[in-house]
Amino acid sequence: MNRIGVFVCHCGLNIAQTVDVEKLANIISDYPGVVYATNYIYMCSDPGQDMIKEIVKEKKLNGVVVACCSPTMHETTFRNTVASVGLNPYRCEIANIREQCSWVHKDKKIATEKAVEIVKATIEKLKLDKSLIPLSVPITKRALVIGGGIAGIQASLDIADSGYEVVLVERNQSIGGHMLQLSETFPTLDCPQCIATPKMVQVGQHPKIKLLAYSEVEEVSGYVGNFKVKIRRKASFVDWNKCTGCGLCVEKCPVRVPSEFNELLVKRKAIYTLFPQAVPNKPVIDSNNCLYLTKGKCRACEKNCLAKAIDFNQKDTFVEEDVGAIVVATGYDLMDKAEIGEYGAGKYKDVINGLQMERLLCPSGPTEGIPHRPSDGKIPKEIVFIQCVGSRDPEHYYPYCSKVCCMYVVKQAMLYKNVVPDGQAYVFYMDIRCDGKGYEEFLQKGMEENKILYLRGRVSKLFKDGDKIKVWGADTLTGRKIEISADMVVLAMAVVPSKGVKELARKLRITADDYGFLTEAHPKLRPVESLTAGYFLAGAAQGPKDIPDVVAQASGAASKVDSLFSQDVLYHEPIIASVDEEVCVGCGNCVDVCAYDAIELDLRTKKAKVNSAVCEGCGACCAACPSGAMQHNNFSKRQIFEMVDAFVR
Amino acid sequence: MRAEISIKNTKSKFLDKVEELSEQNIYACYQCGKCSAGCPSISEMDISPSEIIRLVQLGGEEEVLNSKTIWVCASCFTCVTRCPKGVDVAKIMEALRQITLRKNVDYVNPLSIPRETLSQVPQIALVSALRKFSG
Amino acid sequence: MLLLVLSSIGEKAVRNSTKEFAQLTHLPIIPFTHLLDLMKGVKMKISYFPGCTLKTMAKNFEDSALASASSLGIEMVELQRWNCCGTVYSLTSDDLIHQLAPIRDLIRVEEQKDNRVVTLCSMCYNTLKRANKLVQEDKEKLDKLNDLMYREDVKYDGKVKVLHLLEILKNEIGFEQIARKVKIPLKGLKVAPYYGCLLLRPPEVGIDDPENPTILENLLESTGAEVIDYPYKTECCGSYNTVANVDLVVERAYNILRSAINQGAEAIVLSCPLCGFNLDNRQKEIKEKFSDFKNIPIFYFTQLLALSLGLDEKVCRFELNFVDPRPLLESKHLIGGV
Repeated sequence: MNRIGVFVCHCGLNIAQTVDVEKLANIISDYPGVVYATNYIYMCSDPGQDMIKEIVKEKKLNGVVVACCSPTMHETTFRNTVASVGLNPYRCEIANIREQCSWVHKDKKIATEKAVEIVKATIEKLKLDKSLIPLSVPITKRALVIGGGIAGIQASLDIADSGYEVVLVERNQSIGGHMLQLSETFPTLDCPQCIATPKMVQVGQHPKIKLLAYSEVEEVSGYVGNFKVKIRRKASFVDWNKCTGCGLCVEKCPVRVPSEFNELLVKRKAIYTLFPQAVPNKPVIDSNNCLYLTKGKCRACEKNCLAKAIDFNQKDTFVEEDVGAIVVATGYDLMDKAEIGEYGAGKYKDVINGLQMERLLCPSGPTEGIPHRPSDGKIPKEIVFIQCVGSRDPEHYYPYCSKVCCMYVVKQAMLYKNVVPDGQAYVFYMDIRCDGKGYEEFLQKGMEENKILYLRGRVSKLFKDGDKIKVWGADTLTGRKIEISADMVVLAMAVVPSKGVKELARKLRITADDYGFLTEAHPKLRPVESLTAGYFLAGAAQGPKDIPDVVAQASGAASKVDSLFSQDVLYHEPIIASVDEEVCVGCGNCVDVCAYDAIELDLRTKKAKVNSAVCEGCGACCAACPSGAMQHNNFSKRQIFEMVDAFVR
Repeated sequence: MRAEISIKNTKSKFLDKVEELSEQNIYACYQCGKCSAGCPSISEMDISPSEIIRLVQLGGEEEVLNSKTIWVCASCFTCVTRCPKGVDVAKIMEALRQITLRKNVDYVNPLSIPRETLSQVPQIALVSALRKFSG
Repeated sequence: MLLLVLSSIGEKAVRNSTKEFAQLTHLPIIPFTHLLDLMKGVKMKISYFPGCTLKTMAKNFEDSALASASSLGIEMVELQRWNCCGTVYSLTSDDLIHQLAPIRDLIRVEEQKDNRVVTLCSMCYNTLKRANKLVQEDKEKLDKLNDLMYREDVKYDGKVKVLHLLEILKNEIGFEQIARKVKIPLKGLKVAPYYGCLLLRPPEVGIDDPENPTILENLLESTGAEVIDYPYKTECCGSYNTVANVDLVVERAYNILRSAINQGAEAIVLSCPLCGFNLDNRQKEIKEKFSDFKNIPIFYFTQLLALSLGLDEKVCRFELNFVDPRPLLESKHLIGGV
């Protein structure tokens, strides 16, 4: 026996201007099953909600339809309203007469007729709605953080400081990321080694943080609150428990290959640590370049290791960790300068990228902060910076702004002028974007005090001319074609997601955009969550960002993890798929279409089985099921037919 | 003198005509200057290619059509190859030349070419010059 | 290599489906008569569009190209009828009339029962290729053009492939094979390739990377020459401005040549008769304007190819080059009683 109440909202004039709400309520009050219908100016306001509560009690309603805005706005509001007076919240339905009616129509008569239809269809659905109870699942209060750059470091520390355990996975042999490569940080010019190394040490010593360096995530299964993560611990060929970090092995290694940490500007050994303040500060052997591992001879490191820590028989091992939430902080790389044909396709030694310049300007870098140019070690007297290389170029490379280049170019030009006071720095730019605190002032200082000459225009071509690099650019402010004979050129290459992030995203079942930046659940209101529950985003993995933004986002992601962990159980929407085992023929279509790996085919019984904790209720399986065995709670086939009937009747 | 900008020139028939003939969106140009930076003909031009596009955006019909630039451009496609916004500057230049030539105004009168030149240069030079410079 | 045989006497339907198959598989169609030749050990044939200048001022380009190709096993069969392609591709949207000339030439190719045509002149290559691309991508324009050419027996279907000889040398003969066939390696000859514009740009019709091309370099290396790199190899020579604005061309050509000479080049190698005229013949005016300038020989790539393949020097027609290259070649002992 249906006792349905219908509550029509005016939404100020949003609905009432186009839909005759009075008439709508009148017509509906006669509809079968409806015992009460009314209208009110703002149903979501306190008096509106109070009225609903009163009438549910007074009329002993067993179902409620609120005809108002989209369910994404106020479904939760009204479900909570009816639940507070004892009605099952899933017996409250929203009829969307705003977005789907009043906002898209002008003619009041027609719009009112359509609103009546929408409400009638909703009533038909409600009649068949079951009272549902949310599922509850236990939660593992341990987090996994992928990536040990400043984003991963910050997120790990914040979560661990809240008292939860953290597993931090970093693919290099030390945490620190790109920040540790930088010379100074804008706009305050603090040294990143000074401000980031204390955080690294904290990570290394924190009792709640389990640091897995030189490791990569291999496989993830499970769901929010209950993930199982398989992690590959790459063979370092050094027993880190025995290694004392004395460095004798590195000294004795005869191999020299370009150092990735120093952006290929200088050489490193085949056994190496990343940098002196590394955490953990243990070496690894690069198996692609080690003489013993490639050619079977040498073993100089082994002979000289007093701790007997070298182990050439080491193999990759795997560990499994149970976690309840995952923070992805995989960071960024720079686009390869070899891709830019007109700038020499990477063949000119003195055309370098932004991170190479950071290494040259870094006081603890290979040139001790004096920017000796790579070709012959000369100190450049005229240096050209080019912004937006690969960025803001939708025709060839990336349409987006890389966000950090404007600021680091000012900084680099400033630092250059500090060490080469008689030198000249030129910057080719299109727009200067200094939106952070103190950023604009920093730029002005660079122009006024350091006399950096800004030229507004792109550079069309670079080529070698003797020991100079000829720069053909434009200054659009004067309309002139500019030619500069530079000693060195710095390209502010586009910021791109770090290598391998697309594959990782697939493993994690989270989404990334066309370029590989991870997508947030909502660009404004849920910026640190992924669309897949239980995953949180931090740092440049989500989009180009500078350090302050990265740290803020990492703390944001950490606090989201904390609030997830503050619950003892997780409640899961019961509006999900369920199988009628009598009808299921075990064809497996549903397993194939499920994007969340939530359905399994029981090989013994040949029946599909829905893992209700993983099912997101998208409905794809129900549409794919040929026998009708797969049904969606409160969106059953019969309900859909009844709704259609109500429309066409 | 102030250059007056109003809806008359920013929404002009001239701008429409250039867009129609060139099949390019004039507003796609964000004035980075890369075309001007790489143009091999820039030293002979009175207005740089990026400024030409800017003037079209501003509706500066007269200035653009009276410029040497549109005739000096030899359709070498360097700008087209490098434009980050995919604007085909060569097509815009051709549209501007055509707007003039279609008024029966030749830039080079075929009859004025010296006999000596006619016998000296290759046919492809003559045919292309006449295609670009006369209506 | 799999070849498709197109019988000239076959049913029309068979012919059409063969054509479609060839289009799908990118296999060359070899007319039946050509196949008979092939079986007799005769060369692969391909239709050849010369263009106007190759028949007059650039005879040295044509003769050396036909002879070189022939010695490498390709017979370039000149179209029985052809017309001027128009030399420049029309860039305005409403100007269909200037697409008629190039498309008509492609009809001539179909009339020869061929589906590929090779060109030498960069301008012809660019014009034919772009016009072809236009109608391949815009069916409406193709139909309109066919309507305009109502007198043609064959309607153009957009299925001809326009090629430059350099592409055939690279993809079908192969530079390694050429290197094996070289009889007189051009040892010690320092040459600077010059691409100009229309072989490379716009990129959708270019035969190589528009910024850092290597096809001419690779060919020249296979002949044993020493290749000189210089920054101006893709910079425009001024093109048809040579008719009414000689000063502009002289300035440009001077910059290009000086850049190559500064890098040690003894000669320039190119593939366009207009670039050829501007860099070669205009050296007269360059010398008048820039007293420091010393002449440098300009070659078509086929002239050096023919020489290295050991062909009779006569096919190179060096007497047609403005700056006589023979003293340079003699000094390297590449001609004259070797």
